[in-house]
Parts: sequence; C-alpha cells; structure tokens
Amino acid sequence: MALDKYGIAKRIAQELHDGMYVNLGIGIPTVVANFIPAGMQVILQSENGILGIGPYPTEDEIDAEIINAGKETVTLIKGGVFFDSAESFGMIRAGKIDLTVLGAMEVSDTGDIANWKIPGKMVKGMGGAMDLVASAKNIIVAMQHTNPNGESKLLPACTLPLTGVACVKKVVTELAVLEITPEGFLLVERAPGVTVQEIQEKTKGRLVVPAFVPEMGL
Amino acid sequence: MNKVLSCSDEAVRDIADGATIMAGGFGLCGIPENSIAALARKGVKNLTCIANNAGVDGFGLGLLLKAGQIKKMISSYVGENVEFERQLLNGTLEADLIPQGTLATRIQMAGMGIPAFFTPAGYGTEIAYGKEVREFNGKMYLMEHALHADFALVKAWKGDKLGNLVFRKATRNFSTSMAKAGNITIAEVEELVEPGMLDPDAIHVAGIYVHRIYQGTGYERRIEKRTVRLAALD
Repeated sequence: MALDKYGIAKRIAQELHDGMYVNLGIGIPTVVANFIPAGMQVILQSENGILGIGPYPTEDEIDAEIINAGKETVTLIKGGVFFDSAESFGMIRAGKIDLTVLGAMEVSDTGDIANWKIPGKMVKGMGGAMDLVASAKNIIVAMQHTNPNGESKLLPACTLPLTGVACVKKVVTELAVLEITPEGFLLVERAPGVTVQEIQEKTKGRLVVPAFVPEMGL
Repeated sequence: MNKVLSCSDEAVRDIADGATIMAGGFGLCGIPENSIAALARKGVKNLTCIANNAGVDGFGLGLLLKAGQIKKMISSYVGENVEFERQLLNGTLEADLIPQGTLATRIQMAGMGIPAFFTPAGYGTEIAYGKEVREFNGKMYLMEHALHADFALVKAWKGDKLGNLVFRKATRNFSTSMAKAGNITIAEVEELVEPGMLDPDAIHVAGIYVHRIYQGTGYERRIEKRTVRLAALD
C-alpha cells in the first residue's frame, strides 16, 4: 500500500544519524521531526535564524518571535541558538548542514530539482530553496510520485523552472525510495505491498530496477 | 548628537515618492510595525521595497501594497499575499525574486563595504541569466552585487539613545543586516533606554549604523501560522 505523508516522513527519518545538523523544508519534511528515534540527538536548523528547533509550543508557550521558516510557531530546545539570516545562510553555504530535506514539483533522473515556480500560474518565490540545494552535502526530496493529474514527477528532464542542478541524492515518495545515480533513478526500496510494475509505470525518467527490490522496513 | 525622535511619523518624514526602502523581519516576525504604518499614513508612492516577504493581506507591507504605494518588491518569498499576486499578474507591481541567502548576503555585503561576491545559489537556473559565472575549486558560482537602500526600517527589542540595538529571539533575521545597509537607518524599539543601560557584550547592532531611533507603541506581533501541541511532552 502506498504510504501517507507520515509514512514518507518515517522512512526519511531512517536517514538520520546522531549528531546531524538538519534543515527540514515546509510540508512533509517538517513531519520528519516527529520520527527522530529516541536517544538520537539531531539539531534542526531553520533558515530564518534558529539552531535547535523544538516541538510546537503549547498554548501557554506560544511566542510570536519564535517561528520556523514556514512561519509556524515553534519552541527552542535547551542549548538552541538564535542568529540572523546572513549567518544562517553562511552556515548553509559553508556546508555545515549535514542533510536537507525538501519537497519538489519535479525531479530529473540527473538530480535536477524544480519546486519554486509554475510560469503564469504560481508566483511565490524560491525562499531559501536555491541556496539550500546549491550547498547541502546531502539532499533528500520528499514528494508524491505523481502530480494531481496523475503525471510522473520523476522525469528525464524537469519541465518547470529549475531550483538547482544535479543536486538531489535521494527521493522518497509514497511508493518508493530512489537514489540518483549516473544511470538514472535506482530503485532501492518499495513501499509495503507496492509492485515494481506500478513504480515503473509512474516513473518517466530512466529507472534502474535491481533483480531484488526490498520493501521498506518501517 | 541626537538620534532620538518622538514618533514614527517624524522618523519617516523625509521618505519621499520613489524611495528605495528595506524593511526588516521574516514573515511577520520582527517587522517594523510602526514605521510601516507611518508610511501608509504618509501615503508615499512608487516605493521600491526590499524585504524577505511582502507581509500578509492587511498587515505589514500588505498595508502598503493594498494602498498601491509599492512599485517594486525585492523579496525571496511572497506567498500568503493574495493582493501581491493580483498586482503582479495584472502588471501594476514589479517583483524581483531572489534566493533568500543571496538576498541576505547582498544586504549584509552592503553593510560591510563589499560591492559583490560569488554564491552557488541559482547556478544553472533562470535567475543566472546575465550574471557573471566563475568556477572556484571545481564548483560554479554566480556573481551577485551588494544591495543598498535609501532607508532601512528595522524593529529591535531594546535600544539606547546612541542607537545601539538588542533583538529578541528569532527577530534578528534580516533586520541586523538591513540596519547596517541603509543610507539612513531608522530603528523602532519597544524600550528606549539611556546609554550605559544595555550590556555592551550583548549589542547586536552598534549605534554607528543607526541614524534615527524612537520608541514604538502598540505592537501587535501578529502570528502567521499558529501551530500548537496539546500538552507538555515530558
């Protein structure tokens, strides 16, 4: 069965290691924070100037001056730090962030990503996405395998304006985990009960299918 | 030396039609509420606004947008604002969308006296058109220029009469860099104190950058997305 957003987030959480500094984007990536294994310390960075984002506040704890990059009210962990945007992106460019997880509208089989603009339709801007994808050591995309029209979002080449080129390392969708390799998308795992055939049908870019494709262990 | 002004209207008195202004804040967090409201009252037009976001409908820079006072926005993300999208699509508003880190650093460089720098953000995308590309250690970078403004409007938590500023929590965001990048920097603070009352080790922006300071009133601190958990976790 295809995963819901919590399943995708839970699978991505398996990529975390103790001591990592991680930037989680808006949407499904934010949910990953709920699945950080107990006993593991992962420090979450937010590009508006926070290291050490904690859980959402209780009603009593709400502070309008502690928000994440999605403008949601959050809390600060013990040992958390505030700084300004220029320093925040300094950290990002200097490669201090171990892992970036973000959403996408399209990913190409060479690791290009498009997630900021639909010409003539959506004008919202790229926010920090271009900076993050240009500098992060490891970038995982969390997204649905197909768009609302049922068309594949895993393509030979992106059709929408690019956010970054050859930067995505891994894609986790409701159907599969795929790695970007020189040969294209390597099918690493499939969601429980999802067939290789379904993944093949819904992947438009080059797909490499090993003889054995294990199910995700969630 | 007198940097202290009595109110927001006096502080923005000489911001004229066509001026380029920077407004601090991220979303609605740490925005110069009083100075923006004063600009709305003053009714200046054709402003170029440098701000990470464009406020929301009816608050922050959304007030100036709604009144048709902004000619051009230089921002990284402008979702959450229906009026912005409407004006952009019907051609009455220009927008220059810039990667957030590039925007922050362009402002920071203006305050550091550095005219340009190289960043990898946007290489290979449409924002690279017309920009100088250089390779350093096998990686491709775009040249970006420092971004200046006639006026920088920022809001700090505390300030003293010499213009030294202290910010609270996550409100430093774009504000500390903007404070250093304005030809004239106007700071509004929640609490204006005498020199010597702030800890010199804890000043975020030194008074040399700040030309005008006043104590603001009636801070709304509006929350864009109120997210809560039900109870304490531990």
